[in-house]
Amino acid sequence: MGSKKTPAINSSSTADIAFLLLCYFLMTTTMGSQTGLSRRLPPMPDKDQKVEDQKVNRRNIIIVRINAADRLFAGTEALEIGQLKDKIKEFLSNPADDPTLPEKELKDIEGYGECYVSKGVISLQNDRGTSYQAYISVQNELVKAVNELRDEFSRKAYGKKFNNLTEEQQEIVKKAVPQNISEAEPKDVSQKRF
Amino acid sequence: MSKFGGSNNKKEVPAVTSSSLSDIVFMLLFFFMVTTQLRETENKVIVKMPEASEVVKLERKDLASYINIGQPTAQYRAQYGTESRIQLNDSFKTTDDIRDFIAAERESKSEADRQFMTVNIRADQDVRMGIVSDVKQELRRCSALKIMYSARKPAE
Repeated sequence: MGSKKTPAINSSSTADIAFLLLCYFLMTTTMGSQTGLSRRLPPMPDKDQKVEDQKVNRRNIIIVRINAADRLFAGTEALEIGQLKDKIKEFLSNPADDPTLPEKELKDIEGYGECYVSKGVISLQNDRGTSYQAYISVQNELVKAVNELRDEFSRKAYGKKFNNLTEEQQEIVKKAVPQNISEAEPKDVSQKRF
Repeated sequence: MSKFGGSNNKKEVPAVTSSSLSDIVFMLLFFFMVTTQLRETENKVIVKMPEASEVVKLERKDLASYINIGQPTAQYRAQYGTESRIQLNDSFKTTDDIRDFIAAERESKSEADRQFMTVNIRADQDVRMGIVSDVKQELRRCSALKIMYSARKPAE
């Protein structure tokens, strides 16, 4: 009896079992991080707060509207989605100091110095019947316009693209080219008269 | 060539030991087990996200709460119809329930992190803006102002 050894448990299959488990987790895992467009909603106005302080000079605001049929209007003219970016860039940069386009303000930015900052505000209005895809594409174009302006500014100031700047430099550029997109209170755009 | 297998060679080449293979695989396994996140809630609405090229990554996944908006999936259509609906956690809700949902989500985050809480709006690309606007207004009322419109990067 004593001479008989207990045979060692064959462990070569543990690797297979582990592989099976590994495959299961490989299939179910979602490594892809979530992406999206980040926004900050304006706080709800107080009931007794007067509306008059929201008055903005007319030349400083551009109203981008999307109606129920997903047609796009910027200011008063109808636009295709591909034209919106250039329109917004022109609006925000105002290269020729056009009196109908937004005014610029000389601002002292910490760490950079003085520079002209546009006072332009983009007001985005939509109808209840607008499709979400159209709304997101317009939001996307607005962000793209601002991003390109930031890139241009970064190149001029630091000779690099915005994404390659350090965090402090990015903050400076963000202050110099602000992203002022206001998502207006929902209203029925189709019945609005200007 | 005397080193390799002449029949008169007494010294055998030892087989490559495979006992550490399982350890390596287990390590990989643990890595995936830790990084994986199984979906906690079942999707009751169909969400096909809209495309946008300028998307940014969600910074803190643990601080995000999700509001799904879309058509009910096939198995719920008999009950709820094909009208777009809001899904919070794992049931169909209306805009009036958002207040409680946000309050509960806030409660579940640690105090220091509450201000960074992001509400992730995952809406289907064919949803009408009416329902999204209602949700946004309700979020403003609950002062959950940091939001994100979920979108995916278009394939290049």
